[in-house]
Parts: sequence; C-alpha cells; structure tokens
Amino acid sequence: MSENNNKSKPQANQEPIISVKNLVFSYGRHTILDDISFDIARGSIVAFMGPSGAGKTTVLRLISGQLRPDAGSIQVNGLEISSMSEKELFQYRRNIGVLLQNGALFTDLTVFENIATPLREHTELPEALIRRLIMIKLNSVGLGGTEELMPHELSGGMARRVALARAVVLDPSLMLYDEPMTGLDPIAVSTVRHLMRETNDALGMTSLIVTHNVVQMSKLVDYCYIIAGKKIAGEGTPAELASSQDPGVDQFINGKVEGPIPFHYQGAGPAWSLVG
Amino acid sequence: MAGNNSRMMALAGPLQSAGQCLLFLFRMLAGIRLRLDLLQSTLQQTYLIGARSLVIIMICGFFVGMVLSLQAINALEQFGASDQVSLLVGKSLFRELGPVLTALLFAGRAGTSITAEIGLMRATSQIDAMELMAIDPVQRVALPRFLAGLISVPLLTAMFNALAILGSVVFAVGVMGLDGGIFWSKLQTSIYFGKDFMGGVWKSVVFGGIVSLVAVFFGYTAKPTGAGVGTATTNTVVLSSVLILIFDFIMTSFFV
Repeated sequence: MSENNNKSKPQANQEPIISVKNLVFSYGRHTILDDISFDIARGSIVAFMGPSGAGKTTVLRLISGQLRPDAGSIQVNGLEISSMSEKELFQYRRNIGVLLQNGALFTDLTVFENIATPLREHTELPEALIRRLIMIKLNSVGLGGTEELMPHELSGGMARRVALARAVVLDPSLMLYDEPMTGLDPIAVSTVRHLMRETNDALGMTSLIVTHNVVQMSKLVDYCYIIAGKKIAGEGTPAELASSQDPGVDQFINGKVEGPIPFHYQGAGPAWSLVG
Repeated sequence: MAGNNSRMMALAGPLQSAGQCLLFLFRMLAGIRLRLDLLQSTLQQTYLIGARSLVIIMICGFFVGMVLSLQAINALEQFGASDQVSLLVGKSLFRELGPVLTALLFAGRAGTSITAEIGLMRATSQIDAMELMAIDPVQRVALPRFLAGLISVPLLTAMFNALAILGSVVFAVGVMGLDGGIFWSKLQTSIYFGKDFMGGVWKSVVFGGIVSLVAVFFGYTAKPTGAGVGTATTNTVVLSSVLILIFDFIMTSFFV
C-alpha cells in the first residue's frame, strides 16, 4: 500500500528546509556532482535515487556537513552549511538524525546505552526520564524488551530499527537515511518503510532517503531526484517518474540496460580502451 | 642532487606522520572537559587494557627476573662477587628493563588492541555515527584510551619489577643457594628511590604516553578496510617500539 502524501516541491509561499544551489563536488580529479540545485519541502520525504557511484550518498554527506563542496551553497533552515566551523557543525548536527547504511550501532554498548548516548551527551535529563524516553522510542520501533541485548544479538532488520530509534531520540527536524532497506528481508523492508513514514509525520520531520530501491520508494516518498552523470537526471513524484518519457528516467526506473546512463565507470582522464 | 631529493622525500613521510600525531595529541588535550563519563570510561579502559595485561606482564617479569639472575650469577661468579647479584638485577630492572620491556609488551598486547578496536569502529562507521550525533569521537573514543595507557603502564611496570625481583629471588636464593639476607640487604642499600626507582617511573609514564598516543592515532586514522586496520595495527607496534627505545636513550642521557 502506498504511504506517500504526494507533497511536491516547496510552494512559492513556503520556505524550503533545504536549499542547494549550484553545488559542485569532486573527489580529487573525479567530479561527482556538477552544478546541481534543488529544494526540499519542509515535512516531506524525498528520495535521491540513481545508479551506484552516482553521488547519492555524497549528497547526504554534504548536507550533514561531513564533506565540504568545491562550489555552491547548501542551506538548511536558512543556515549555510558549507562555511560552518567545526563547532557550528556540531551544533547543527544536534538537530539532524542520520541512519547510516549498516546502522553503525556502537558494538560495545547495549541497545539501551546506544539509544541513550545522544541523550546523555546533549541533555541534562534525569536518568528516570532518559529510561522512559528510550522505552517509548524502542516501543515505537517494535523492539520493546530488547534494551539489554548487545548489537551482535540483533538481526539486520532489528539493528536498523534500533539505529532508527537512536537517530530520532532527540526528535530532529531533519532525518537523513542512507540505504535504509539494503540487505533486509521483505517483511523488515515493509516494517522499516512504515516506521519511516510514521516517524516523519508524527514528529513533523523532513526526511531524505538515499536508495536505489525503486519499488519501495514509490510506495513511500513524496518526491524523487534521480542523480546520474554528475547531474540531476530527473525529478518528480513517484507517479510522474513512472510515466516519464525522459530516456534517463525511463532507463533507471524500469532497470533497462540500454539508455543514456552508462554501465561502465567513467573515470577521469583519457578514455580507457581494451585495444591499443 | 637527485639523491638529496629522494632522502628528503623519504624523511617527509615519517615527519608528516609525527606532526599529525602531535596535532592529534593537542586536539585530544585541548578538548578535555572534566566530566563523570570521562572518568568512567577512563577507568573502564584502564581495566580493559591495563588490568587485562597483568597476566602477561607478570609472567614475563618473573622469567626476566630469573634469567637476569642466571646471567648475573654466571658473570659475577668469575670475580667472586655473586652476592652482588641483587644489585645488578635491581639496577638494570628499575632503571631500564622494567620500563622498556613493560612498554614493549604493552604495545604488543594493548596498543594493537586499541588500534584494531578504533580502526574497526572507523570501518563500521561508528566514528561517523558519533560525528553525526554531534559527539566528538576524539574525546569520546581516543582520550579515555590515551589516559588509560598513561595510567596503566607505570602500574604495570611496578608489577613487572615486583615479579622480576621475585623471579630473581626464587632463582638466586631458591635454586642457586645464595643467602637470602644478603640478597635483600644489597637490594635495599644499592637501589636509590630518586635515581633508580623514580627514574624508571618517569620513563614508564613517557612510554605509556607514547604507546597509547601512537595506538589511538593509527586507529583513528586507519583506512576503513580490513587491510587498512591491519596496516595500522602493524604500524602501532613498529613505531611505538622504535620510539620507546629512542626516548629511552634520550631520557637516560639527559635525566638519569
């Protein structure tokens, strides 16, 4: 069942939560993103899709301030991320939640202590309230009773849900998901998908999701950007993308081998050839 | 000219690493905030890397004491001075062998585990997760382990020395039949608290700092791959061992 609210791009009178203008980013000589611009509407769930190595995760890392752009501007809640000092970045990150691809739970801490870490670090809440908050978050991801387990005792799907509980424990206004459904079984995928929508709407957050799972994203997100060939190759609601006549969008959404999005790695320097 | 250039290039790498290592130390120390969780995690790490190194340190200390006695007795017997064995064992232990061997064993036992643990945290994105939660991983992960190393090595050195003296007594008195009273009185009168004992303590503090700094630095900067963590672990043992011996000579030359 589709969960998307079909919120589209920011309306003229609505200030976007994220505004990216003319963004350029390179790893050494290899340009990953070349002059891309987009706005993200407040309260929406937006997906960045595209082939492997296209720069989807790079977009998330730029928005979280882990990477600095070579040129262009990234504004979140009106704050320019690219020129922030380390201290300002740490302050900014208190208001964002990030779910990394593998969950990245702290392996030497229990589930409870994993979720408690941001609370203990950034708040002065009494222990009783911390415990209550953690139990609420754990219950909301369907994992009540697992608080004393260690991360290695959890399945992949459970670990991802614990990581989600940890990421939202401070009620961030912006949530970034990096491949949240990779490696999960179909039931876990549906569970995580429902949780993402419920969490986003219940807490009034905005969510950015990096993925290449076209089917699941079409059921969840409000708006999609397809990144390929260093540019935004296509954008629109899942319904718009599904009916798009654009050859690049059509190739990616329908998984076609032939099309403008290349299969082979496009390295820097002269073209590589099997002959001569 | 080309030879000079290649020598400069060969020096540039280690010098750059040394500079980065020192900057890492300043970053750790500059951000220290005296908090209860820092104390707790430092104590926990002291247990994990210090207390858990006790067995190997004690076993090695005992056998080093025995072999020192054996060598000393063999050498001193030629001059009819085998009753001086405790003097020779004590001086060499407290001044040199205790701090140096303990630090080398600590580098192999705990330094590698620190580097591998932090490197694995890097490889499994746990360090990234901390940064993204606005938690400084240098303060949270590296600093407690550095402080724990600083605390542990002098304490382990004391245990090493104690067990080495015990090993020496067991061999010299128990096996070779030297007089126990002479052994202990010579040890008591010939070992000076300031020059011998404290000289070794200061060395062990410096060695503890070197090993734990090198270990946390290489772990923190390890490439997030299996090979990267392996290389970082090897670098920890190699560099900390070399630095221990270099600093041992420098400290002995200037201060002892």
